[in-house]
Amino acid sequence: MLVVLGALPFFLYVAIFLLLPIGVLAVESFRATDPVTFEETWSTASIQAITEGPYRRAYLGSLQLSLITAVLGAVLGLALAVAVLRARRGLLLRRLVLTASGVLANFGGIPLAFAFLATIGSAGVVTALLTDTLGIGLGGFSLFSMAGLALVYLYFLIPLMVLTIIPALEALRPQWREASDNLGASGWQYWRHVGGPVLAPPVIGATMLLFASAFAAYATADALVGASVPLVTLQIANALSGDVVVGSENRGKALALGMVVLVGLVMVFYAWVQRRTQRWLA
Amino acid sequence: MTALAEGVAGSGSVAPETPVRRGRRGSGAWRYAVLAVLGVYFVVPIAASVWFTIRERDGVSLETYAAIPGAEGFAEAITRSLAIAGLTVVIALVLMVPTVVLVNLRLPRLRTTVELLTLMPLVLPPIALVVGVRSVLAWAPDYFFGTPLAEAFFALQKPSLPWILVFVYVILALPFVYRALDAGVRGADLRTLTEAARNLGASWPRVLVSVVLPVLKTSVLNAAFLTLALVMGEYTIAVILGFETFPTWIVVISGSAPQLSVAVSVLSLVITWLLLLLISALDRRRGTKETS
Repeated sequence: MLVVLGALPFFLYVAIFLLLPIGVLAVESFRATDPVTFEETWSTASIQAITEGPYRRAYLGSLQLSLITAVLGAVLGLALAVAVLRARRGLLLRRLVLTASGVLANFGGIPLAFAFLATIGSAGVVTALLTDTLGIGLGGFSLFSMAGLALVYLYFLIPLMVLTIIPALEALRPQWREASDNLGASGWQYWRHVGGPVLAPPVIGATMLLFASAFAAYATADALVGASVPLVTLQIANALSGDVVVGSENRGKALALGMVVLVGLVMVFYAWVQRRTQRWLA
Repeated sequence: MTALAEGVAGSGSVAPETPVRRGRRGSGAWRYAVLAVLGVYFVVPIAASVWFTIRERDGVSLETYAAIPGAEGFAEAITRSLAIAGLTVVIALVLMVPTVVLVNLRLPRLRTTVELLTLMPLVLPPIALVVGVRSVLAWAPDYFFGTPLAEAFFALQKPSLPWILVFVYVILALPFVYRALDAGVRGADLRTLTEAARNLGASWPRVLVSVVLPVLKTSVLNAAFLTLALVMGEYTIAVILGFETFPTWIVVISGSAPQLSVAVSVLSLVITWLLLLLISALDRRRGTKETS
């Protein structure tokens, strides 16, 4: 019995600093403050508000950006991982790519935003090179747009994909490839009938992780675009910053709750995919 | 699957045609294309940032980097962030080392629950968590005003050393700390070691200090470095709660000193790199020790 007490601090800590805030979010999203009397009542006004107008656009913008960057990041990261693992004399290369992935997957947030500002921001080095020296300009590309954000997000999403997918690639047994070669299968047939089906669950799982990180990203977007691109994280920060009307605090909570619910749905799907994986790789 | 592969390999009655790997010879091209394109994509921003910080009207200079230590607010922000990071590391370890050991040795039934809870912060958007934390903190003036609880709430939010950031960062660090420690516990045969210690009459706290901690040294260091890197880069929670830490300071100075903010960013990338190299060096040392 005493042993169970040993695990108590952990559960208490998680209850107070993780579950309580999320629980409060779930409850207080359904509260409303009367603008005149400051009385609090139960209401779905905040929840309703976040499904309309700019908030709806923000959710759609965030979903679109995370979906596109997650899929692109997954495809490019997978290609990079396969290219590195297959390189014949690639031990050094593999080591380099793996360490670099470890660093760059952790290199999110503010420093990343400034690195890109120095590169293709309005005073960036590459911007100057393309416009002044080569005279071709950026061709309408702007760092402070949805496409610009996608370019920056991929900088930490691709390494994240490489890190998460390499164990799965290494688990593909060479015997399977040899067997299918011996049976006369082409490379395409091998990937269509053997490699693909085995790899699909971990690839989908990793893509979900990429989606969740892109969806949650705030620092980079805040430092780069301010509020000019519709994203939920930016709208939440906006709703919380003091100088706005009564009730916007509750709208911020509702927006945050919406994010939690969306990520939760993604995770339920992920758990389902994982259960299917185990059948194959056990 | 393996059984199938072996079965096929063993069936000698099928004339074994030499495998001709069609399309394999030509497949090198896409590999080099991928490596080249992504190589450029990953190197250019770093190279451009470095160039951005060292170019001057006539040639190059390292003045921007030399100016970092003396920059306004830098010392204060970095000291505060380092203090927060240190406290986060200590609390995370004190909380998680006993938990991971207990879950592995005595309470395997709790494993799934603990795993699930520690993985939650990996996918939960930090901004959602911080909105919740803010709502809880708002109870102090709203409901508890004048009570000791409210005093405690306010004490958590001192701008000079915001303890609330420490407590929330511990939550954010849970996935990394748990996984690093769990790998260490599984790698070492901790069950035998602790049973031996217990049979020789050591108490559980004694086992934790003299057996578990020495065995887990590299995992503990690993967890500590990952937590340090996380805290030094965290922006969302600090800025929403309105505290000034190292990352928020970078944003504050970027308006007046763009070169300086890029230089600090480059420096923080280099430091992250060094930290992770240190971790992999530790891991490799442990790997060789175990095989020998």
